Amino acid sequence: MTISLTEFLMLAAILFGLGMAGIIINRKNIIVLLMSIELILLAVNTNFVAFSYFLGNVVGQVFVFFVLTVAAAEAAIGLAILVVLYRRRGTIEVEQLDTLKG
Amino acid sequence: MNFTLPLFSAAFPELILLSMTCIVLLADIFLPARLRGLTYYLTQLTLVLAFVAAFMQYQDYPEPIITFHRGYIVDKLAILSKLIMYVFSLFAFIYARDYIKERRIATGEYYLLGLFSVLGMSIMVSAYSLLTIYLGLELLSLSLYAMVAMYKDSTLATEAAIKYFVMGALASGLFLYGISLLYGITGDIQIATIAQTLQSNLNLVALVALIFIISGLIFKFGAVPFHMWVPDVYQGSATPVTLFIASAPKVAAFVIMVRVLVQALPSLQVAWEQVLILVAILSMFFGNLLAIAQTNLKRMLAYSSIAHIGYTLLGILAGPQSAQGYSAAMFYISTYVLVAAGAFAIIAILSKQGMEFDQLNDYRGLNARNPWLAFMMLLLMFSMAGVPPTVGFFAKLGLLQALVEAHLVWLAVLALVFALIGAYYYLRIVMLMYFEEPATPQHSQHIAVSPGLAAVISVNGVAALALGLLPSTFIDLCRISVG
Repeated sequence: MTISLTEFLMLAAILFGLGMAGIIINRKNIIVLLMSIELILLAVNTNFVAFSYFLGNVVGQVFVFFVLTVAAAEAAIGLAILVVLYRRRGTIEVEQLDTLKG
Repeated sequence: MNFTLPLFSAAFPELILLSMTCIVLLADIFLPARLRGLTYYLTQLTLVLAFVAAFMQYQDYPEPIITFHRGYIVDKLAILSKLIMYVFSLFAFIYARDYIKERRIATGEYYLLGLFSVLGMSIMVSAYSLLTIYLGLELLSLSLYAMVAMYKDSTLATEAAIKYFVMGALASGLFLYGISLLYGITGDIQIATIAQTLQSNLNLVALVALIFIISGLIFKFGAVPFHMWVPDVYQGSATPVTLFIASAPKVAAFVIMVRVLVQALPSLQVAWEQVLILVAILSMFFGNLLAIAQTNLKRMLAYSSIAHIGYTLLGILAGPQSAQGYSAAMFYISTYVLVAAGAFAIIAILSKQGMEFDQLNDYRGLNARNPWLAFMMLLLMFSMAGVPPTVGFFAKLGLLQALVEAHLVWLAVLALVFALIGAYYYLRIVMLMYFEEPATPQHSQHIAVSPGLAAVISVNGVAALALGLLPSTFIDLCRISVG
């Protein structure tokens, strides 16, 4: 049995949807937000690799390498901000981030 | 397979920026503490050098040059926006110097992150493939997240940083998903190739990709419905950081909007025009209306920036039908950025001894306390409101002309109505400064400003007036560069 492009795209779309839902629904923990962001980027990577394979050109795979690198940098900065936030507030709950509003 | 060496001289400003940034980084680490002030001068020197390099390119490259495996372009649009960005960053660093020194925010890091984001913006405006655009955008965004979080002693700043980070990362995700779908249809990520392929092969997936890409771009630009981060970040960040975020990155965001929508997706023009009309109307409406309710000046200016971005989008969407749409938008965004930088600079200059000067009430009776600064603020506010003879008037006029030319008269009327609503809260500040008494006696002492800063802010404020009195040179420049 061969897997067609559609299945890959479905998988990516589901991953992407999960990531989006995680960001929108989650009210508890900021780390879950970071995980959701990673899920979104993985969905994108799946898309790129699948297209690259079925189109038979490598541009997509090259793009994936860059996305992976940037995602690593992004996670590093996100976690660093998280540490600063925790030191300042003693909590990383999303619901408590409500000083700025209006 | 043959390899062609890229034309390195085309990327000369970026090469200068990159190498100098590394030098500044090392200098900041290894210099003894008493020479640490050198970082600031090296940073400014870098920007001046990059400016000169970009300026020379303006004469050297009359025709667009595409190099680095068709991922990088040097055209008039890129060069002009680079020049504008370097100048605004230079001003932002001058304004920031005293503020961050006084509050003991890590000084060297501010300039370094600033330089990295300038490099990111430079790459963004010169990018000619979606990969280069993405990398430039991320270099800019990551530096900005760190810059906001740098004010570690402030609860507001850390909260603003995490919100900015999550929203920004989500925007990158949306943008990337759009890119991946676009790659799937066209098989390439180079802008000209995408435009060519889509001409013959248009389908529903392209439309879905367009929606994702526009959402990502609008997120970064800060327009309704993806504007939630703008007020929080503007209010929470240290004022020099707000100043930086509100200035040069807006120009860069405008340029990639033009590159992606106009140059890569012209065949989807009907679709993106409709989306942009909706976004522009919502931005002007919510931006202006919510700004009225604010008591914090930084937050008010944040909502006003949302409204101004709505106006800029009007220029982009009028572009295809009107000869001057894009140039009017370019003129609008660069002059708005000039004015916004000036306004945030005044907040930064007035914030002394650890006190923030960002409540509207703080501005009561400012005229009696420092007449010259109050006058500068008046010029800037008039320009934002679009009162002649300041530059804001001509910027709005150009946009409205473009809209009428594009047969969107109803949109021009709507924009005018929103501009009238907006004028209320700008003029309220002028009224507070000139016709009200200070809230408390301790708020009535004279405010001293160092002569250097006063001179720079004067240049900024007077530029808003001078460009309004003699707008033709800059308008022509925009017309030549954007076409």
